[in-house]
Amino acid sequence: MAMELDVFVGNTTIMDEDVYLLWLDGYTVSDAVSMRMKSGILEQCGASQDVLESDTMDHYRTFQMTERLLHNPSKLVNQLLFQIPPHRQNMLIERWGGGAAIVKITVQKCYKILNPFSPSLAPSLPPSLALTGRYYAFDEAFVREVLGKKLSKGTKKDLDDVSAKTGITLKSCRRQFDNFKRVFKVVEEMKGPLVENIHQNFLLSDRLARDYAAIVFFANSRFETGKKKLQYLTFEDFAFCAEQLIQNWTLGAVDSMVEDMDVDLDKEFLQDLKDLKVLITDKDMMDQHKSLVCTALRGKLQVFSEMEGSFKNLSRGLVNIAGKLMNNKDVRDLFIDLVEKFIEPCKSDKWSLNDVRLFLTQHTNSVRALDAFKHQAVWERYMRVIQSCILKMYHD
Amino acid sequence: MPGKLKVRIVAGRHLPVMDRASDLTDAFVEVKFGNTTFKTDVFPKSLNPQWNSEWFKFEVDDEDLQDEPLQITVLDHDTYSANDAIGKVYIDIDPLLSSEAATVISGWFPIYDTIHGIRGEINVVVKVDLFNDLNRFRQSSCGVKFFCTTSIPKCYKVVTVHGFVEELVVNEDPEYQWIDRIRTPRASNEARQRLISLMSGELQRKIGLKVLEMGGNAVVGYLQCFDLEGESGLVVRAIGTACTLDKLSNPSAALLPACNSPSKEIKETPFSEDPNPNTHSSGPSTPLKNQTYSFSPSKSYSRQSSSSDTDLSLTPKTGMGSGGSAGKEGGPPKTLLRQQTQTALEQREFPFFTLTCFPPGFLVHVGGVVSARSVKLLDRIHNPDEPETRDAWWEEIRQEIKSHAKALGCHAVIGYSESTSICEEVCILSASGTAAVLNPKFLQDGSLDNYSEHRLSRQPTYFSTGSEKGEFDFFPLSKDSSSVLGLEEPSPPSCGFCHIPYDELNMPFPAHLTYCYNCRKQKVPDVLFTTIDLPVEAAVTGKGCLIQARLCRLKKKAQGEANATAISNLLPFMEYELHTQLMNKLKLRGMNALFGLRIQISVGENMLVGLASATGVYLTALPTPGGIQIAGKTPSDMTYEQHISNMQKKINDTIAKNKELYEITPPKLFTLDPEVSTFKGQNTEISEEVIGSPIPEPRQRSRIFRSHSESSDEISELDLSHGKKDAFVLEIDDADAVEDIHSLLIDAPLPAGFYSCNTEIMPGIYNWTTGLQMFTSVRVFRLNNVNLTNQGLNKIFNDLCENLLKSLYFKLRSMIPCCLCHVNFTVAVPEDELIQVAVTAVAMTFDKDQAQESWKASVDKALMKVIAENEEQLQFPLELCSDSPGAQLFSPRKGTGLLESASAQAIPGAQRATSVEYSSFANRCNSWIELVKVKALTIRRGSIKTTSSLEKASPQAEGHARVRSTTAYTGSTITVVKMTPLSFIPGAKIIKYVGIINMFFIRETTSLREEGGVSGFLHAFIAEVFAMVRAHVAALGGNAVVSYIMKECVFMENPNKNQAQCLINVSGDAVIFVRESELEAIPVQPQTTSSQASNSGADVTT
Repeated sequence: MAMELDVFVGNTTIMDEDVYLLWLDGYTVSDAVSMRMKSGILEQCGASQDVLESDTMDHYRTFQMTERLLHNPSKLVNQLLFQIPPHRQNMLIERWGGGAAIVKITVQKCYKILNPFSPSLAPSLPPSLALTGRYYAFDEAFVREVLGKKLSKGTKKDLDDVSAKTGITLKSCRRQFDNFKRVFKVVEEMKGPLVENIHQNFLLSDRLARDYAAIVFFANSRFETGKKKLQYLTFEDFAFCAEQLIQNWTLGAVDSMVEDMDVDLDKEFLQDLKDLKVLITDKDMMDQHKSLVCTALRGKLQVFSEMEGSFKNLSRGLVNIAGKLMNNKDVRDLFIDLVEKFIEPCKSDKWSLNDVRLFLTQHTNSVRALDAFKHQAVWERYMRVIQSCILKMYHD
Repeated sequence: MPGKLKVRIVAGRHLPVMDRASDLTDAFVEVKFGNTTFKTDVFPKSLNPQWNSEWFKFEVDDEDLQDEPLQITVLDHDTYSANDAIGKVYIDIDPLLSSEAATVISGWFPIYDTIHGIRGEINVVVKVDLFNDLNRFRQSSCGVKFFCTTSIPKCYKVVTVHGFVEELVVNEDPEYQWIDRIRTPRASNEARQRLISLMSGELQRKIGLKVLEMGGNAVVGYLQCFDLEGESGLVVRAIGTACTLDKLSNPSAALLPACNSPSKEIKETPFSEDPNPNTHSSGPSTPLKNQTYSFSPSKSYSRQSSSSDTDLSLTPKTGMGSGGSAGKEGGPPKTLLRQQTQTALEQREFPFFTLTCFPPGFLVHVGGVVSARSVKLLDRIHNPDEPETRDAWWEEIRQEIKSHAKALGCHAVIGYSESTSICEEVCILSASGTAAVLNPKFLQDGSLDNYSEHRLSRQPTYFSTGSEKGEFDFFPLSKDSSSVLGLEEPSPPSCGFCHIPYDELNMPFPAHLTYCYNCRKQKVPDVLFTTIDLPVEAAVTGKGCLIQARLCRLKKKAQGEANATAISNLLPFMEYELHTQLMNKLKLRGMNALFGLRIQISVGENMLVGLASATGVYLTALPTPGGIQIAGKTPSDMTYEQHISNMQKKINDTIAKNKELYEITPPKLFTLDPEVSTFKGQNTEISEEVIGSPIPEPRQRSRIFRSHSESSDEISELDLSHGKKDAFVLEIDDADAVEDIHSLLIDAPLPAGFYSCNTEIMPGIYNWTTGLQMFTSVRVFRLNNVNLTNQGLNKIFNDLCENLLKSLYFKLRSMIPCCLCHVNFTVAVPEDELIQVAVTAVAMTFDKDQAQESWKASVDKALMKVIAENEEQLQFPLELCSDSPGAQLFSPRKGTGLLESASAQAIPGAQRATSVEYSSFANRCNSWIELVKVKALTIRRGSIKTTSSLEKASPQAEGHARVRSTTAYTGSTITVVKMTPLSFIPGAKIIKYVGIINMFFIRETTSLREEGGVSGFLHAFIAEVFAMVRAHVAALGGNAVVSYIMKECVFMENPNKNQAQCLINVSGDAVIFVRESELEAIPVQPQTTSSQASNSGADVTT
């Protein structure tokens, strides 16, 4: 004796946020049921387990049917199959600028909540989260694993390792990976600003669109982020750096009308970076640069002597990184280089963040006083990014 | 050459990829109507083609316009091979043929394929130019409006109600034609869809003709069904009530808040019957050649004269005894009476009405439920143009219904419906309705104006005084009928419909009568069963609830006549048991009447499944139901007695709990006469004595709301008063009885915050908010255990229904407090070991707090006064005069009574009137009660057991403020379309009916597993059906479907072949509604409403 068929269809599609999250996280129906049971929902509603099973099945089916639409969120807006309540659709379309924090929090919170061993399921999540936003939200732990990797079949095959390492279900890993890849595919060849493109095509919140832009950008240039030395960096750090790079170093940065994308770095600019070498190869210039910086910072820096001692090393490090960027391979190592050549030495000398900021500002600005240096524009374009990246990355 | 149909194909979107190589599609469109086809250009390589076609023009007969659907096929162009069909859209253009419905159909339609489901959307514009005056074309019936709604549609007033119309057309089912062996499933499905669409069109046209012939212009309560008879064919049949409707053109009326309008409309629009009822019945049978009427009017006339007794004895031609329904004729004196009650109405062939809601005063008395069932063996329909057999079958059934109604002293049947259940070659035809006496003056010309004036002038007084005195002349015109019935005085509307229509000395069945608890003048039965909605003016105590009786009976597998005989033999027992269950459950809830009763008996190969659903209420006019008494047969054993008393206690507790839950605080009568409690069989006389005792002055007759503390000490004192009432005795002498009791107690209580009913509105809830969720839920249960007993089967079926309800409550928990309205269960036995239950209902939110506040603030004040005034008299009989709830509550306040009650009236009116415009009726035991009586050996009435009721004053809602949901409409291009099985939308006013929706879909799959199994398949299909309904409504310019009903959901599967097929038939009325302003949504303020009320009153009188 068994229930052969059991469906519930509402004219207005009912979507339970909690179940949606469980589904997104790749739990099976039975896992989801047991987790919901632990949340005490049954006691609240006086229902039995089979009621919960039936309900969960219904939701899972609904989500599976919506998934096709979620892959192309612009379709979701004018599809006819599901009548998703106006306010929910509103949220979906609405470009919630302030939503950034919420998404972040949710991503983490969700994960915590859904830990099977956590005794209580969160009451109910902020209702202002859109379906799409939820679907495209990703786990911090996951994104750190794949950031900068090629979004290929090979990487996808390795997702079981990622799943084992992060504790995120394989199903969820696959969905997140597929989301990255889908977004990548769509915007890769598109004209116009990257963030805007993602925003338009996937109806993501501003913040989430920025995050995706970073992911796409990293995947395209295949920046190394997985090395042990880089483990202390969060996704947010990288996303910030990506934004800086996109805004300053890509073709789009120079001329927004240009028929190219934000994804690739400005090759010409990278080529020009070689010219900066003069700052370290010309001994006079280097000395002059050092004295300018030291004069300006005397008394202002807590680590003045250390700075004086390591100036040449640090300066050489920064300029050398610039010089190498014309090679694709070295571009990939940008972040590891920054850490090795600059951040680690400073940290070992116990520079404070403020010291670093003062030093970098002075170091950049002092070059203007070097009359013999002819590449001011390139230098400033380069250092603008390097400075903000280092400052962002300079933490424990 | 009466019409030109114009179609333009604009664009497509979200088309499926048809060319794997390019991931694109080269789409074009074929537009077909009748035998003419047009094509658009191919729009190459796009999933979002923009055809922007010219106008395709079809010049067609209006007959074709009515019959044929517009068929739009989207195809993928293929240079080398045949073009692949992407999918189709069928558009019923009927709404465009009526000047009052839609003028253009324009919008995005889902492109539907019977194998793949929805595949993209297409934007189409359709218009019709009708050339000539519509009236000249009698072959067609363009312009006749059809409504599924079983009440007078909102923005119309009724001029005349002509009566019953029916028609059926038959054809061969394409699925069973020889060609089906060689064609693809897709072709076969499409042939079927097209055929049914065509047949519906034809049926509607033919019914329209009948309506025109009767002089009407609309069909209300239109119910169309199809019977898949398999090999023997396909029957599409429909019934409805022909009316002449006038559009309410009065702009001021249109501008009035929705809440007030319906009731107002009624006042303005008294019912009338066909002025010359004889004209059409004596006319020529029909001017049409292709007529398929089984009963031409003249024929009916002659039939009419023959006694119904002989009709009853008619047996089907197949030789099967007509099963079920046991209406017995009354004795000879009864016949005399019946002759006297002959009215104009009775001269029509079938005085049936598919309506369930009537204008106040239309209904005089209600006799009870009448039903008839008949088991038939299907044979091949040889000549589709002459579907005589099917017609004859239905005629038999209808005659039987009619004679049952007569036996109950009634001349009309209201809330009438018909249904079938088919299994292989056996078919059960069922019909049921409520026998009623209608006001004969309504049926004649000339009295209307008079009447309406009366009503209008009296209405305010009536509601404000709250005493019965003023109402006596309320139905001055109903005297005829009442004198016929041997009554001297007309009855007040709040209880009049409850009064028995039959002669109490010659009752058609043994029943237990008492004097009406409301007016004390006339006799009422102890229990009323009806198929109609609760009349608006009925006095009800507390809230109502959904009551279901469920039953399975095993049956041996058999063939042909043996099978039909077996089924016939089982039917009476099933009806009896269902009735017993209903009765028990009703008493268990402390209620005394059922509304919206619907009994479905489905036949399968090896079992019969019966499901009765109704909404139980406590009618103030009827006596308080006695409790349920359990009696052991062999009261020797101590443990046995212990067991019994335990059970008794449980039952008593449940009754008490239910009374509290449903806020049933019935009036107390001063009936401390000790004799009352000891003599059974004398109840009638005793109650007469009670009635004879001085009736309190009207001013004293105010309702007592007893507080909890009061009730606690009152109980002991008033306890005896219950002794007068019947107790219902269940004897536990066999396993069956034990099972009955268990099943009684098995019904899980409703979760807090939920109410449910199967009628239009929930008695006792008036303050609906805007939350609305229509849903369909389907479950199929497989019985793997072949050796099931009846009991085992019953339990399974019971659990299936209970669990389904529980799931619904859980699903909809976010809507609390809410009420499931119009809960419509259908059962089927699709295969040997499968039971299918489908339920469609709507969950509506209501505002608990508002109710309490707006009502209570004033009620409390009033109460305090009353209590203070009457403190000393409390132990004495303070009978309530219970008119409408509003009047009840406010009656005590004399001075301000008028204003206050006017506002009170407006408050429930605001939300309630929208739904239930009018109506009055009631009814009484159905004809099968006799059966019950005959066989009811275990049930004894009149035994004297008292059940003390623990009552509280209306329980205080401990709710918290509910945030009103403000629906923010987005800039989305898609119209939000509400769907509801009810005839109204809470908090909104329907301003236009844009057309009837009647759609039939087939979906089939050969990759069941890939589509998520049977559940995934059906889930997707139901969602698609909803989507297509919404799209059609939106294209008609509507934003809601009211009176939505899923008439058929036939699901077949073959998991071994990875296949499944499903057929769904839905219908409803597409409407345009506008939300009431925010201001009106806010709790109604007495001042404003009362002024509104008086304004409207003024409007009406002028």
